[in-house]
Amino acid sequence: MSLTARDVAEITKLLEDSSFDELDLEIDGLKIHLRRSGAPARNGDIPDLSASRAKGDVPEAGASSVGTGMSPFLSEVRAPLLGTFYRAPKPGAPPFVEVGATVAPDTVIGIIEVMKLMNAVRAGVTGVVREMRARDGALVEYGEILLLIDGRDGR
Amino acid sequence: MIRRVLIANRGEIAARIARTCARLGIETVLAASEADRDSLPARLATRAVCIGPAHAAASYLKPELLVQAALSTGCDAVHPGYGFLSERAAFARLCEQHGLIFIGPTPAQLEATGDKLRAREQAEKSDVPVVPGGPAASRADAHALARRIGFPILIKAVGGGGGRGMRLVEHWADFDSALELAAAEAGAAFSDARVYLERFVARARHVEVQILGDGTGRVMQLGERDCSVQRRYQKLIEETPAPGLSDAFRTRIHEAALRLAASLAYRGAGTVEFLVDAQRSEFYFLEVNARIQVEHPVTEEVSGIDIVAAQLAIAAGEGMAPLAPRATGCAIECRVNAEDPSRDFAPSPGLVGEASWARGEGIRVDTHIESGARVPPFYDSLLGKIVAHGPDRATTLARLRAAVNSTRITGVTTNLGLHAAVLADPEFAAGGVDTGYLARFLERARMPARHAEVSGHG
Repeated sequence: MSLTARDVAEITKLLEDSSFDELDLEIDGLKIHLRRSGAPARNGDIPDLSASRAKGDVPEAGASSVGTGMSPFLSEVRAPLLGTFYRAPKPGAPPFVEVGATVAPDTVIGIIEVMKLMNAVRAGVTGVVREMRARDGALVEYGEILLLIDGRDGR
Repeated sequence: MIRRVLIANRGEIAARIARTCARLGIETVLAASEADRDSLPARLATRAVCIGPAHAAASYLKPELLVQAALSTGCDAVHPGYGFLSERAAFARLCEQHGLIFIGPTPAQLEATGDKLRAREQAEKSDVPVVPGGPAASRADAHALARRIGFPILIKAVGGGGGRGMRLVEHWADFDSALELAAAEAGAAFSDARVYLERFVARARHVEVQILGDGTGRVMQLGERDCSVQRRYQKLIEETPAPGLSDAFRTRIHEAALRLAASLAYRGAGTVEFLVDAQRSEFYFLEVNARIQVEHPVTEEVSGIDIVAAQLAIAAGEGMAPLAPRATGCAIECRVNAEDPSRDFAPSPGLVGEASWARGEGIRVDTHIESGARVPPFYDSLLGKIVAHGPDRATTLARLRAAVNSTRITGVTTNLGLHAAVLADPEFAAGGVDTGYLARFLERARMPARHAEVSGHG
């Protein structure tokens, strides 16, 4: 399942027409967090530790939109585990994705190596790559933002 | 020379390790789960990296994540703390394979001490007395052995330890089913279904000896600790020296621990645990804990040795030459847990409101909990340790009572009230209680907990 730009626009309108400041939505592993501009951050904004992560499983990459001040159409792809991030399948090879590339939820956007074990990281959403955050060959922590995807151009 | 240490642990011991490293000019990288990224240890460490989600199985218990984190952050050594991967031979080996110093025993020593039957055999070879017992490989073997040693019998997991995977059997009628259950539990908990039998020694005390070894056969001991105040094998109060033991007996038990440690050419800090029958002046080997222990501060206070610093020096190959332990007075420690003694010690995780720990002469507090800290539900409930030190037991006890009474923690339920009551009990004050003491005390007192004080609009 993928979310079209139109879906996102409709969801945004839902929030706008409501009396709420924030909206959290989760569909098939895709999480959207919308907040009205100017709305105060949630109390402490510390994720509730006892809730969704309690199972201890590594979440799918892909996921939430970014915080206040940025387009609600941008999704963060976060590192599903700690390791060395690689943008390309091997040294010298072209990167999996570049800024401007169109991706689908199962598009591989990079690799995270943990002790010689290569773990493919997928986009998790449909859209266009707007920004690469993680450097090639760098240590990425669990939950670190790897890149940003703009969902408006998805189809 | 160690320059940068990965701390593969959390909580008060992570803070403890970070502090000694900072004092020695060694950088630290804290490997934190998502639940601990804003913890005090994360701020005390030179740097913190998030290694995975809150659940320990996906973070603190993943050897490859910790080694990767150490390598990627330029660490040259790994301190495993206690619990988690600290006694996992495979983890120590993985560290070594990647050129990292594992601050602890060698993988072979971890294997030898982790297998409780092998440790028993090693003790016997070192002329260290063991409780009558042995392996129970088959039901027939178990029956023959049970007839020889007599009831009550403890069934223990070969891969277990620290009281986990133990069953007490009083009669023949319960023996077969207990044996089966114990094996099944051991298999599930330790991936090793082997069990062994030991005669249950009632009215025994738990006394353990802190040892250090340089890995070449040179060993030293830093005195003993009495950890008899325990509930279901979980220690609550520890002290050194063990009250009421004669100097001759004390020397015998120290020397037994040294023989065993020397026979292994033990490397690093460790503890040899014994059951002590004080009336008969006898002691029996229980197990070796091949790591730093929760209750190490009482030994540090009395010996003047920083055990974490000693671990680092041994790991760096600097040996034990500069260590000159003394034995000054007495030290007693209370483990403050987020648990409710009035509800069968149910864990009480949550958000700490105020955390105001005791201060004062001879008082040391090892903790990671400050006001506003979070106690995640994923890990053990230890909030901190209040340690008192004094020239004698009476002075130390008085200091500890005052310290426990002046400590205030709101938001989560704690066992501070239970500590206050035990410290005020004449039987404990007299010294030398056995491991059944706390259960009898609880029965007697039906202890009310010091409940979480809820602030705001009730």
